[in-house]
Amino acid sequence: MPINANDVEWVEEPAMNFWESTFLPAIFGGLQITGSHITDGKTVTHQYPEEKPVLPQHYRGVHRLNKDEAGRVKCVACMMCATACPAHCIYITAAEAPKNEPLWNGRDKFPMSFVLDELKCIYCGMCEEACPCDAIELTHIYDLTGASREEMLFNKEKLLSVYDQTKDNPVDPVRTGRGRLSGCSEFVSLPTVGPATQVKPEDRAAKSATPGVIH
Amino acid sequence: MEWLQNPLVMAGVAIAVALGGILTTCAYLILLERKLSAWMQDRLGPNRVGPAGLLQPLADGAKLILKEDVIPGHVNKFLFILGPALSVFTTMLAFAVVPFGPVSHEPGQFPFVIAPGIDLGIVFIFAVTSLSVYSIILGGWASNNKYSALGSLRASAQVVSYEIPLGMSVVGIALLHSSMSLEKILLQQAEMGFLGWNIWYQPVACLIFFTAALAESNRLPFDLTECEQELVGGFHTEYSAMKWAMFFLGEYTHVITISFLTSVLFLGGWHFPFIAEANSAYAGAWAVKVAVLLFKVSCMIVLIQMLRWTIPRFRFDQLMSLAWKGLIPMATANVLIVMCVLEFQLPRLWLLPLSLLLFVAVGLIGTQASLPAGATTVRRKKTAVPAVAAAHH
Repeated sequence: MPINANDVEWVEEPAMNFWESTFLPAIFGGLQITGSHITDGKTVTHQYPEEKPVLPQHYRGVHRLNKDEAGRVKCVACMMCATACPAHCIYITAAEAPKNEPLWNGRDKFPMSFVLDELKCIYCGMCEEACPCDAIELTHIYDLTGASREEMLFNKEKLLSVYDQTKDNPVDPVRTGRGRLSGCSEFVSLPTVGPATQVKPEDRAAKSATPGVIH
Repeated sequence: MEWLQNPLVMAGVAIAVALGGILTTCAYLILLERKLSAWMQDRLGPNRVGPAGLLQPLADGAKLILKEDVIPGHVNKFLFILGPALSVFTTMLAFAVVPFGPVSHEPGQFPFVIAPGIDLGIVFIFAVTSLSVYSIILGGWASNNKYSALGSLRASAQVVSYEIPLGMSVVGIALLHSSMSLEKILLQQAEMGFLGWNIWYQPVACLIFFTAALAESNRLPFDLTECEQELVGGFHTEYSAMKWAMFFLGEYTHVITISFLTSVLFLGGWHFPFIAEANSAYAGAWAVKVAVLLFKVSCMIVLIQMLRWTIPRFRFDQLMSLAWKGLIPMATANVLIVMCVLEFQLPRLWLLPLSLLLFVAVGLIGTQASLPAGATTVRRKKTAVPAVAAAHH
């Protein structure tokens, strides 16, 4: 559709006055600005490997598999996370818990193998939300590297070792995905979780017990 | 020490000093440029290699030398290699007549200029540096790539245009000093003292010279030959490794040369009141003179680099109109003023107010010319719009 000529507004270039047409005030003004930035000594650079970034509470990094009080994997192999996962990156083989072993007392199922492909994962946190027993959680570890694709397939042992590595980190408390602490948490109260974006007061998230977390 | 009397020996030493100095300075100018641009943008700049990043140029150099030097299959191989070679060759050659200290013609003394006693110094420099545009034209054309070709076409148009004001701006100085030799111009300024600096008599010429020289060296805001947004990399799109680096070696050498020229022609060279006068004969006076000259040159270089990160690039038609409608008439009028002052034997100090008057006149003419016809009285009314819009369809 052609543009109606009446809708077109022609804007004239503003006429330059004497000083503007010499370009000198603009050049000196610009030099003053750049010069002041050179001499003010301020920088916004983070010296990364030495200076770690401060990540928000809800940051979603590498996964971990939590352990219960007895040191067993909390996962009951219910497949909720694998079902919820939009990237299909969780592979679980469930097995019946050995009946005659006192360690597995009170448990029916456990994951014989639990493999999570960290390369396929999109770090959406839906596994964490879907988990009924707070077994899988996302930590604040962000600098994950590997030399091969096989190395990035995290198995049960590796995911449990991430738990050992992060459980004492104050930014990674054992928590629920729903704003309440689970039974196995060593924390009495949840650390305040900041919202990812500014939450408007009329928003549902602003009225929750823990601001920023939707119940 | 008979062999020291041989002028060839001293020329060789001067070449070694100048070449070594230029190459090192070029490497560190790149570091300085990166640091300056970083500070302007509130960043830190390279700071990992060596203390405060001071070894970064070495790392860059090693990288550029060890990198694979790709010659694409579709290029004209001979011209492709000739381009960067010519770039370094011509800019280095131009430095031959630039004095970098108190010039001495005594046999057996360090001459502080590679080729002492050349009376056509300025003409030589202009002749040789304008050859450096061939490196860009050859490089762009031999690359057999439309963007490179466009870049080199722009370069040729730009350099041809800016050659004129560059040459014209120095005619006034040549007339005032009745010499084309850089050494003589420098010495005459030094003998006249602080008020002998040419900037007091030729401020407009200094401005024109600096602007045109900046354009000649293809530095921002005049780097239309390689503007990334429009031409990928312009003439050096197809170049890699050391051949690419040689273009930039040429560019930075050009920057050093024009900084030296501005200091020598307009800012009194090594002269500075009290500490470096023409008759200073205390021990180590030569070192102070060299230091003063290098200080002036460094200030010019920093100014050039700051300008690069301060002013946006010109549009091509603005670039052309600046040269042909602004600088060339202004330079011509400036030469005319100098001729009149010399012909009627007025005191030299008349040149300062006359130059400023010229600048004001050109500014006023520019202001009036930039207004559309009739715009001073009537702004275009909105009812007139459909007719105009229809004319555009």
